[in-house]
Amino acid sequence: MFDFFFQLHPVIQGLAKGLAVIMVIFPIAGACSMAERKVAAWIQDRPGPNRAIVPWVAWIPFLGKFLQRLGIFHVMADGGKMLFKEDSLPGHVNKFYFILAPIVAMIPALTTVTAVPFGAYFDSAGKVITLGLAPLDIGMLAVFAVSSLGVYSAILAGWASNSKYPFLGSVRASAQLISYELSMTLAVLPVFLWVNAPGLPGTMSFGRVVEFQSQPGFLGGMWFGFLMPLSAFIFLVALFAETNRQPFDTVESESDLVGSFHTEYGAFKWGLFFVAEYSHMIVGSGVFMLLFGGGWNPLPWVSLATAVDWLGAILPFAHAPLFVGVLSIAIFLGKTLAMIFFFMWVRWTLPRFRYDQVMKIGWQKMLPLSIANLLFYAIAIAVLQK
Amino acid sequence: MAVITVERKPLTFLERTYLPQIAGGLATTFKHLIAPKKTLEYPEQRPAIPPGYRGVPTLVRDPNGREKCVSCQLCEFVCPPKAIRITPGEISADQTDRAHVEKAPQAFDIDMLRCIYCGLCQEVCPEEAIFLQNQYSMSGYTRAEMVNHKDKLYELGGTLPDQHYKWDQKKTAQDHGNAH
Repeated sequence: MFDFFFQLHPVIQGLAKGLAVIMVIFPIAGACSMAERKVAAWIQDRPGPNRAIVPWVAWIPFLGKFLQRLGIFHVMADGGKMLFKEDSLPGHVNKFYFILAPIVAMIPALTTVTAVPFGAYFDSAGKVITLGLAPLDIGMLAVFAVSSLGVYSAILAGWASNSKYPFLGSVRASAQLISYELSMTLAVLPVFLWVNAPGLPGTMSFGRVVEFQSQPGFLGGMWFGFLMPLSAFIFLVALFAETNRQPFDTVESESDLVGSFHTEYGAFKWGLFFVAEYSHMIVGSGVFMLLFGGGWNPLPWVSLATAVDWLGAILPFAHAPLFVGVLSIAIFLGKTLAMIFFFMWVRWTLPRFRYDQVMKIGWQKMLPLSIANLLFYAIAIAVLQK
Repeated sequence: MAVITVERKPLTFLERTYLPQIAGGLATTFKHLIAPKKTLEYPEQRPAIPPGYRGVPTLVRDPNGREKCVSCQLCEFVCPPKAIRITPGEISADQTDRAHVEKAPQAFDIDMLRCIYCGLCQEVCPEEAIFLQNQYSMSGYTRAEMVNHKDKLYELGGTLPDQHYKWDQKKTAQDHGNAH
């Protein structure tokens, strides 16, 4: 069925796949901004945005009303507003870097997606083939390397804005992102120590990590989130800090820094920062789910292969690669979105940490904890895997 | 007076990690997430107006359908922001059913851009002709639109039940020779 696709030039294949992924990420980022407003409203006992509607959708008897209440069309209204607003360029900024900053924000945010696999299927030999833009063997390393470039956009934006609040914000951003990157990296090391068991080829790929979480047996089927809860916790906290989400959004803290590094931005350039933040969240949630949440395995101790076998009893086409691929993507996307909901849920629960508290937690708590965690698991894995 | 020294316990280890508190907070916010919403969706749902509410000032008619205001101008004089402007006029002789009063307003304007909804006009009115009723939502595109003229005021006011029938009683008393 898809032979014609695989006969295309690899570059065209890659372009098509890349476009497909961007076509998914962008709407999700847009929907996330809506979901953010909706979750915020629901937690505050409000119904949230529920007015905007396109006339011809209003004619659909039941669905139209439902979509209106869900606030779907507010996304379009927001997006349209952002596109058609005057894109002002303040006179006092360094224009080149000012324009460069939102672009620099978008590039790493979308580039990291290439290294993250989002599904898998089994070929005729039963071998797992991961679905992703670039099945890199250095997956985790690539994500860390590229996503940390995101801090440059905050620094550039803050510096180019040539005013005090953006500058303070960018200083905070660089300090915060650097401090939490350390514990984040140290927190995932035990996972890769475990995955790179002696006798196996060394790898940093996400596919292998998920494969390790879908083995038979009690320990094999256990997700790393249960096996290494402290690692998962440190990674999660660092993820909140890296994506500038509450309670670590000192970078953007609107009450003391107006809007921090994007204070001087408006219209589409501001929108790019916004989408970049959500893309970071989506990729971060995806990475968390791959490393600690079993990837595309539906439940702990129930791997994708088992689930497909179960479904095979009901559905005749359950073993078709296309079905398995779509199923795995759906499971993974569902988990990622659940994680994003968790981000929003936490945002409306916890107040923002003060900047000194952020630094204290990062350097005095998270870093020693992650080092101790690494030592513990290094010894435990050495003993277990001998 | 006895002084009770309250022992300040140091935070326990769990408390210092914040984690139980965070979990408790998450539980609280989740409860609100699924709880019924408290918003009153305004244009479709209207709030219940409590008795004694001071809305837009209006002029009312008596139960016989007659205009109550006698243009004594007390409301105009008492109005703190000077929102009321009355042009008094005489009642023509052919209106026999209104022979009990001498005057009626020719024009009665309330500038709703000035009105502060204090209710002094209602309080001062000897004829109980002006009432601040339930309407709370006034809007217009021009300043002129925000001035309520006499016919608009009567349209908003309608007829309220009369407690006293002041003029009817006065007339009956007159018919009986004002014998107390």
